[in-house]
Amino acid sequence: MAQYAVLIYSPAPADPMDLTPDYAALLERYPAQVAELGGQILTGFALQPSTTATAVRGDLVTDGPFVEAKEVVAGFFILEAPDLDVALKIARLNPATIDGGVEVRPLFVPPAE
Amino acid sequence: MSSAPHRVAAERAVADAHRREWAFVLAATARVAGDFDLAEECVQEAYVAALGAWGRDGVPQKPGAWLTATARRKALDVLRRRQVFRTKLPLLVEPDEAEIDIPDEVAVPDDRLRLVFTCCHPAIAREAQVALTLRLVCGVSTADIARAFLVTEPTMAARITRAKKKISAARIPYRVPEAAELPERLDAVLTVVHLLYTTGHTAPTGDELIRADLVQRALHLNRMLLALMPDEPEVRGLLALLLLTDARRDTRVDAHGRLLRLAEQDRAAWDRTAIGEGHHLVVDAFRTGRAGRHALQAAIAALHALAPSYAATDWPQIITLYDALGRSWPSPVVALNRAVAVSMVDGPATALAEVDALARDTRLTGYHYLPAIRADLLRRLDRNAEAARAYRAALDLVDNDAEREFLTARLAETTES
Repeated sequence: MAQYAVLIYSPAPADPMDLTPDYAALLERYPAQVAELGGQILTGFALQPSTTATAVRGDLVTDGPFVEAKEVVAGFFILEAPDLDVALKIARLNPATIDGGVEVRPLFVPPAE
Repeated sequence: MSSAPHRVAAERAVADAHRREWAFVLAATARVAGDFDLAEECVQEAYVAALGAWGRDGVPQKPGAWLTATARRKALDVLRRRQVFRTKLPLLVEPDEAEIDIPDEVAVPDDRLRLVFTCCHPAIAREAQVALTLRLVCGVSTADIARAFLVTEPTMAARITRAKKKISAARIPYRVPEAAELPERLDAVLTVVHLLYTTGHTAPTGDELIRADLVQRALHLNRMLLALMPDEPEVRGLLALLLLTDARRDTRVDAHGRLLRLAEQDRAAWDRTAIGEGHHLVVDAFRTGRAGRHALQAAIAALHALAPSYAATDWPQIITLYDALGRSWPSPVVALNRAVAVSMVDGPATALAEVDALARDTRLTGYHYLPAIRADLLRRLDRNAEAARAYRAALDLVDNDAEREFLTARLAETTES
C-alpha cells in the first residue's frame, strides 16, 4: 500500500464552523466510501480558518496564509491506498471537490540504503 | 567464430527488433524492475548484448523473447545487487522468477497497451505524456525527442525524468484502465497520438513543413492501438483522420518547398490507398453509433479527400459535421475551421463576422491561423488594406518558415493589387 497526504482546499477563509449540514452529511459518509474503494484514512485534521494563519519567510513574519489564493488549505488527511488511481477515486468523492478541490501528494519515503 | 554475414544479419535483426519489439521488451522488463529507469537501462544492455551474441551464434528464432529474457535477468541481478529486492518486491506485478527462465516466453500484447496507458496517465502533464510515450513506447532517444520539440537535450531529459519519478513516487499503476475509466483515459492516449502526428504534419517551428519520422511514429502507434482495441470507434476515427490527412502529404508543398493551399493541391497525386483505408475506417466508426470527435474530424477530412475539386466539395455537409464536432468537443479552433466552410456556402462576409466574434476569445490569442483566415476572407472581399494588416498580424505569430513564406507571398499580392 502507498501512503498519500490528501490536502483539502476550500474557498477562503475555509472556516470549519461554516460547514453546511449537507457538507457535514457528506463527510459523515466519507470513511465508509474510502474503505469500500480499498483505502484507509490513517489520520486527519481540520484547520482553523486561513484568517488565523501566520506566514514566516526568513525574518519576515506576516499575517495571513503563505500564499494569498482564492482557495486555501482547510485540512488534510493521510490516506493509505494501493495506487494513485485508487487514491484519486477516493479523492474525487471528497465533498471539498464540489466548490474547492483536493491535492493528492505521495508521502516521501527515504531510500532503503 | 564470428563471420561477416552473421554480423550483418545480427545488426539488421537488432535494428529490426529495436523498431518492432522495444515496447514489448521494455514493458515486460518494467514488470520485474518495478521502475522505468532500471527497466530501460536493462533493455538497452540487452540490445547491446544481442549484437554480440547474435553475431556469434546467429539470430534466435524469437528475438523479442530472447531480449525480454535477457533484460529481465539483468534487472533481477541489479535488484539483488542493490539489496532492495525485498523492498521492491511488493511493487512487482509478476515476481515469479522461474518464469523468466523459459526462453521462448512471449510477452502478451496487453503489455504494450499498459505501457501506453501508463505514459498517458492524466496525472502526467500532457507535454510529458508525449515525450514519455516516444521514449518508452517507441524507443526514440531523448536527443531525438528534444530535437523534435526544439528544446535542449538536458531540458527534455529533465522533463522525462520528472515524469518517470512521478510514476514511481505517486505509484501510478502500470495497467490498462477498467472499462468505466476507458473513455477518459483513452482520450488522453488518442490526444497524445494526435499531438504527435500534428507536430510532424506541420512542424511548429523550423525550416521544414513536415517531419516524416514523427508522422510515421504516430501512424504506427495508432495502428498498434487499433490492433489491441479493435472495437473502439475513436481509435478507428483517429487512424482514419491521420491517413486521410497524410494522403495529401506530397502535394502540400511545391517543388520549391512552398506551401500549397487545399485549393491549389494536385488531387491526382493524393494517396488513393490511404484515402480508401481512411474512408473505410470512418464508415466503420460511424456504424457503431458512437462516433466521437476524432471520427467526426475524419469524416470532414474524408469529404475533402473524396471531392473532385475544391469548389465541388460538399461544404454544407462539412458545416453539419463541424456543428456536431462543436457539440461533442467545444473548441474555438473548431469554430474557426467551421467559418472557412461557411465562407464557401454563405460567402466571405458572413464568415468574417463569425471570425471577428471569435477574435474576442482569448484562447485564440497568438493563434496565427486566426489572422491568416481573416486576411483571406478580407482579400476575397477586396478589402485589401485590411487584409494586408491581418497578414502582417499572422506573420508576427508564425514560427514555421514554409508558412511564413506563404503568408509573405500573400501579403505581397495584397499590397500590389
